[in-house]
Amino acid sequence: MNDASTSYGIEIKGLSKIFGPNPERVVPLLQQGMSKTEILNKHQHVLGLNNINISMPAGCIQVIMGLSGSGKSTLIRHINRLIDPSVGEVLVAGVDVVKMSQTELREFRRHKTAMVFQKFGLLPHRNVLENTVFGLELQGVPRARQLEAANHWLDRVGLKGFEDRYPNQLSGGMQQRVGLARALANDAPILLMDEAFSALDPLIRVDMQTILLDLQKEIKKTIVFITHDLDEALRLGDRIAILRDGEVVQQGTGQEIVLNPADDYIMEFVRHVNRGKVLQVKTVMEPLGDPASHADGVEMAGGTLLEQAVSNLLAANKTTLIVTGDQGKPVGTVSLNQLIGAMVSP
Amino acid sequence: MDWFWEFPHLDDDYLRMLRMVIDDSFRSFTRAYGDAIQQVFEPLRYLLLYAEWVLLNSPWPVVAMVVAALAWLASRRWPIVLGTVLTLLLIGYFDMWEDTMRTVAMILVCTLLSLVVGIPIGIIMAGSNRVQSVVNPILDVMQTMPSFVYLIPVVMLLGIGRVPGLIAVVVYAIPPIIRLTNLGIRLVDKEVLEAADAYGSSRWQKLRNVQLPLAMPTIMAGINQTIMMALAMVVIASMIGVQGLGQPVLRAINNQYFTMGMFNGLAIVGIAIIFDRISQAFGKRIQKHQEHTHE
Ligand SMILES: Nc1ncnc2c1ncn2[C@@H]1O[C@H](COP(=O)(O)OP(=O)(O)OP(=O)(O)O)[C@@H](O)[C@H]1O
Ligand SMILES: [Mg+2]
Repeated sequence: MNDASTSYGIEIKGLSKIFGPNPERVVPLLQQGMSKTEILNKHQHVLGLNNINISMPAGCIQVIMGLSGSGKSTLIRHINRLIDPSVGEVLVAGVDVVKMSQTELREFRRHKTAMVFQKFGLLPHRNVLENTVFGLELQGVPRARQLEAANHWLDRVGLKGFEDRYPNQLSGGMQQRVGLARALANDAPILLMDEAFSALDPLIRVDMQTILLDLQKEIKKTIVFITHDLDEALRLGDRIAILRDGEVVQQGTGQEIVLNPADDYIMEFVRHVNRGKVLQVKTVMEPLGDPASHADGVEMAGGTLLEQAVSNLLAANKTTLIVTGDQGKPVGTVSLNQLIGAMVSP
Repeated sequence: MDWFWEFPHLDDDYLRMLRMVIDDSFRSFTRAYGDAIQQVFEPLRYLLLYAEWVLLNSPWPVVAMVVAALAWLASRRWPIVLGTVLTLLLIGYFDMWEDTMRTVAMILVCTLLSLVVGIPIGIIMAGSNRVQSVVNPILDVMQTMPSFVYLIPVVMLLGIGRVPGLIAVVVYAIPPIIRLTNLGIRLVDKEVLEAADAYGSSRWQKLRNVQLPLAMPTIMAGINQTIMMALAMVVIASMIGVQGLGQPVLRAINNQYFTMGMFNGLAIVGIAIIFDRISQAFGKRIQKHQEHTHE
């Protein structure tokens, strides 16, 4: 199953979701361009998502951000069709999840996806171990392999020794890690994580992020990750999409979003981020002019973070940085002043 | 202004006609299908006879020990086991052992039947609002209709004896188990159900892994209520030929034997308490994981 995992890209096309007693009636109005408030006030329906288009490449971590109530959980639930869309397509590896029969959907959920829930969703009458094997049990994996996988992941998320506890005997953070172990034990090519780290303390949180990144190095899963935390988004996300009121307001790489926030809403998100620890020198450099004029600069790789670059320059007592490309050839320059300017929020 | 002082009602002749038509058609229905219906319930009669036979033919110490063992398995508490055995011994000492065994057999079969029929109905009800809105009023009628009234059609159809008694008791005792199964399943946490769906549970797997276990405490409360209601019907059921503790009570009422009525009544109370404590303790024990022991 793993060798095929590289091809599980997710493509969301023209997806809208209307909550209410009679969504079919409201869909044409939406398509005529009626606004969210109008739909709510005149027709008593909630526009949960409006015309979402996101392409999530296989083997990448796609982060979804947005304020509370912006529709993140609603969106992620469409990928394994816990929620049926009002209009639109959800293509996973080219197959439209919306058109699957019940049996196909069940097989898809069992073998292709695993989900971590915002509110954990653990079975309260099962102990930690039995919760962790839940997905494998439904897959019909032999018991010995279930236990092996469960024990491995429980150990990895730091819950060794808690196998016999029941969920209500655990703290919120521990319950969340059980949910995480359950999802990882499932070994599915698609991982859906709805605020999967929100209940964790900062130390464990970083540890779990590392697990995810390590895992990504070995077996490339397609991961959809919801978070409120921009630092987490920038650390994990290959791509980030930002939702507001059920619409995508900006998507792109973390660098793009931090450097060019599309509007004030995103500016608010980006404002408090430590740009020196996030931005790379290649995103702020100027193309190379006359090579001779920068002969006394310090050479650094394009992926160097601004903060690191500044301290390197200071240590070398130079004011010019020469950015090198893949083969170590100079591709651009940045002055110390430009570096410091880029680190200050606009 | 006649209509103001006297309620305008159907014509007397018309009413008499209506009653006659309904009675006649039910009577002819009974004549036509009574035997067939009786056949359908034959297995129940055997089950009841068998349960009675087992309880009556086992030596009393064996029965007492089995009951004690069950009490222990269900509750794991010595006071309950002790109380159970003591009650049984007292009942036997006052020479009500045989009637008690008959009543216990009846209650067991009634409860079993109620569960077998009621739990699936409750499950179906929980899955569909439309079914719920149809079944609920029927349950209301079953629970509020005076039990004597529905003894009439049962007796017309099946005559007098154990099976009609059994059916009358089940009709009276089944609503709580249906209602509480329905309620228990509807109260199951939506997040947990979603998780079961997300990992690809089939309908049956969801029922078995999530809905029934999580609804179990509520269902146990339903079982407990069903047993209590079945016991409450013992005397009424004895009016149509169900043997057991109800019959001496009935005789005592007819002949004003105060002490006899009292003893048998107390015996019914005794087994009610036994059933109640055991089933409640069992219910509590299986939901141990629900207790908040977070330290
Ligand atoms: N079943 C529903 N019926 C009506 N409205 C709904 C329903 N589910 C969600 N909504 C609405 O859709 C919007 C988005 O909800 P959603 O749970 O996706 O937000 P979220 O971005 O995950 O928020 P949070 O960060 O708090 O988890 C909310 O305004 C919510 O009221
Ligand atoms: Mg959410």
